[in-house]
Amino acid sequence: MANKPKPDELLSNINYKPPRTQWTDTPVEFKKGYYCYAGRPNNLEYISLPHGRKWSSTDDDWQLVDNWKEIFLEGMENLLKKFRSFRLFMDICVRCGACADKCHFFIGTGDPKNMPVLRAELLRSIYRRYFTISGKLGKIAGARDLTEDVFKELWYYSYQCTECRRCSVFCPYGIDTAEITMMARELINLLGCCTDWISGPLANCYRTGNHLGLQPHTIKSNFEYMVDDLEEFTGVRVEPTFNRKGAELLFVTPSADFFAEPGMFTCMGYLLLFHKLGLDYTWSTYASEGGNFGLFTSNEMMKRINSKIYAEAKRLGVKWILGGECGHMWRVLHQYMDTMNGPADFLEEPVSPITGTKFENAKSTKMVHITEFTADLIKNGKLKFDKSRNDHIIPTFHDSCNTSRGMGLFEEPRYVINSVCNQFHEMPENTIREQTFCCGSGSGLNAGEIEELRLLGGLPRANAVKYVKEKNGVNMLSCICAIDRAVLPPLVDYWVGDVDVCGVHELVGNALIMEEGEKREIDLRGEPLPGMEEKEEED
Amino acid sequence: MGMLFSLVAVIALAAIAFIGVKLGLLGLFGIILPYLAIIVFLAGFIMKVVKWGKSPVPFHIPTTCGQQKSLPWIKQNKLDNPSSTLGVIGRMALEILLFRSLFRNLKTDMKDGKVIYGSNKWLWLGSLAFHLSFFVVLVRHLRFFTEPVPGWVNMIDAVDGFMQMGVPHLLMTGVVLLAAGGYLFLRRVFNQQVRYISLAADYFPLFLIIGVALSGILMRYFIKVDIVKVKELTMGLATLNVSVPEGIGVIFFIHLFLISVLFAYFPFSKLMHLGGIFLSPTRNLVNNSREVRHVNPWNPEVHVHTYEEYEDEFRELMKEEGIPVEKE
Ligand code: HEM
Ligand code: SF4
Ligand code: SF4
Repeated sequence: MANKPKPDELLSNINYKPPRTQWTDTPVEFKKGYYCYAGRPNNLEYISLPHGRKWSSTDDDWQLVDNWKEIFLEGMENLLKKFRSFRLFMDICVRCGACADKCHFFIGTGDPKNMPVLRAELLRSIYRRYFTISGKLGKIAGARDLTEDVFKELWYYSYQCTECRRCSVFCPYGIDTAEITMMARELINLLGCCTDWISGPLANCYRTGNHLGLQPHTIKSNFEYMVDDLEEFTGVRVEPTFNRKGAELLFVTPSADFFAEPGMFTCMGYLLLFHKLGLDYTWSTYASEGGNFGLFTSNEMMKRINSKIYAEAKRLGVKWILGGECGHMWRVLHQYMDTMNGPADFLEEPVSPITGTKFENAKSTKMVHITEFTADLIKNGKLKFDKSRNDHIIPTFHDSCNTSRGMGLFEEPRYVINSVCNQFHEMPENTIREQTFCCGSGSGLNAGEIEELRLLGGLPRANAVKYVKEKNGVNMLSCICAIDRAVLPPLVDYWVGDVDVCGVHELVGNALIMEEGEKREIDLRGEPLPGMEEKEEED
Repeated sequence: MGMLFSLVAVIALAAIAFIGVKLGLLGLFGIILPYLAIIVFLAGFIMKVVKWGKSPVPFHIPTTCGQQKSLPWIKQNKLDNPSSTLGVIGRMALEILLFRSLFRNLKTDMKDGKVIYGSNKWLWLGSLAFHLSFFVVLVRHLRFFTEPVPGWVNMIDAVDGFMQMGVPHLLMTGVVLLAAGGYLFLRRVFNQQVRYISLAADYFPLFLIIGVALSGILMRYFIKVDIVKVKELTMGLATLNVSVPEGIGVIFFIHLFLISVLFAYFPFSKLMHLGGIFLSPTRNLVNNSREVRHVNPWNPEVHVHTYEEYEDEFRELMKEEGIPVEKE
């Protein structure tokens, strides 16, 4: 975005005062920088999403099929029958407003329809009209006819929700607006209105096994590049294998980790760690994606994309699966995978080959999070670290929405960070752990054309980073999510400045002692370690 | 608009009762409508819960609000992220009895480009007071429907009237109910965001409950009615041996009619959160989805892109890179 507004400009536009007109009488205005591009017909077709066509969300005529209303309402009835969450959440909201100011998009944009409760009311008003008795009374009962404008509005705000579930933490009944957005997007996809930034990666993932569309040879060459770098920085040559039958473990991580910085640094951390352990593991080019764009498309799409992980584990004959640092990936792995594509009776209950620890909490799904795995190694004294190699880094930790509110993975990454870094500072209490703020780009919103929306959505997170930067001199935002690693750098650049972003296993890789007496003068980014010599003299 | 509509509606309801009684329709307001209301309430409530129950819970989606159970040396938050049924019972009890999630409430604001968070427990306190007092008032009313009145009902009455003020003793919960209801109403009006999202369906039950409380308080302390005759009527209702004694003041019938409307309205409204909270899948599930497989009864058959199809497309590239293939 060449003419990106200045931070002050964006800030001065934020206003929490709702408009004078009632929300039902305030027509939606598609603001540039707030809506995604429409999905392309060839991509929709590749993943069998219906009604693909050339269209744009700013067109007056969206070229919806003639019987679109019937399709929508039938789809809605179907979902109400299939999901108790949906039916219940449509019925029981008391509009207490506890969730209203908990959404980062509301905090950042001030748009009242970004209050979770109103986002949900967009769909709820249709529910009332067509699925309840009182809704027949019309407007006074909060019911609305399904019109094209109503549908467009639902579309617009369904892609201004990152399905982060922060609202659900504060709701007295646990109403999860993410769940409602998921339903809305299922309906949107029945009408062929998926966004480009979601349908593109989905089509890629379906074909090549990863969102980025990396084909096997590209994956291999990306790894060679990392392996060479690692050798240069550490003197250790690691030897990752691909699609290797008979390996003990399959490792799956988001493809961004072997595609772009700073994810690649995290990946280098994994590589070093596994090499040090002599772990018998393999990568897969077929199941080369941990993330899952199906999660925010439709439950069937999620299942189709996810199927590759178990299928590949079975084909290769591994014992169990280890998973890398990623948010959406872990929501799917933790809460959906076993249900959708299990039971994984061809795998064994996961046991760490190094420490013998049984991962009881993963004994059915048979997939373990890398920070659970590493924390266990450290606790059992299997790894040695030179923490001072991370002394130029003053990290804080960003909890990803999905691992926080869809899993509860809080202590594991913190334990790892504290084991490999001398310094660590938490961001304010209301912005971490279960109350963590989204990066602003989750659930398929990491699209260039909505940068302004994403910057505003990421404002609460950036603000908290700024706070610890000023208070504690924090210069590194660590995280366990590939989307975070992709979107937080420009976000903190814009709002904060001089803070970098890294994965937790980059910090591990920096500090990990590969062999006694090893000297490292550069970190995994290839940057000289400042003050290493001085430190040695002091010791 | 919604507010005015609801206010007018509740006043109209009270007027209807007033006129009805003046027209001598005592049987209608004292017997038929209360019975109808109870029937609608029970049938509607059950039907709604059955409807919810019929929709399955396909995925295991608890919202986790604390540390998960993972490695044995990591301290789990057993209430906010339960890994056992007992934990879930604890979590639900906290939600239902103490409004745990509402207790987290914050006020978010923006000041000089900084997002700030203030503690905001008023909503929690106000709703807890509202619900608790409503509940106690309801239980206290058992004295009209039992003979002899059980000791514990009398005890609640005694505790409630501990201030020993006035004749009859001032019962705290009625006053608290009115005050808390008033607070919830004022909050709806003065909190701009809450006002913006409010519908008639939000004001109506509030006004109705305030109306019930107000008519009750008027009747107890100000426009007194013949309590012996009231009990004759209510006992009749309870024992299906109905009769309407002469000479009960009209205020009683207004009170009773508003309650009847509240009950009949209940199953079709947001008040069903009473039933819903127990079924909420983000709260009532154990966070053990990797430990125990959750079964989706309608798990769909889907098309997948198989490894064979993948290898067929990329075999040559894989071979060139020395990546093992199934078919040479
Ligand atoms: C298990 C039982 C119940 C629980 C846990 C519960 C919980 C809550 C909570 C947390 C709120 C939101 C805060 C608020 O707006 O005050 C609320 C609102 C409300 N509840 Fe309940 N409730 C229960 C039963 C009832 C019953 C039996 C009634 C009355 C018949 C009732 C009437 C209301 C009303 C009218 C509101 C909206 C208040 C407003 O407009 O601001 N609730 N409830
Ligand atoms: S917190 Fe829950 S009940 Fe209250 S308005 Fe939001 S979704 Fe509705
Ligand atoms: S899930 Fe997150 S983004 Fe969506 S409405 Fe709730 S708080 Fe906002």
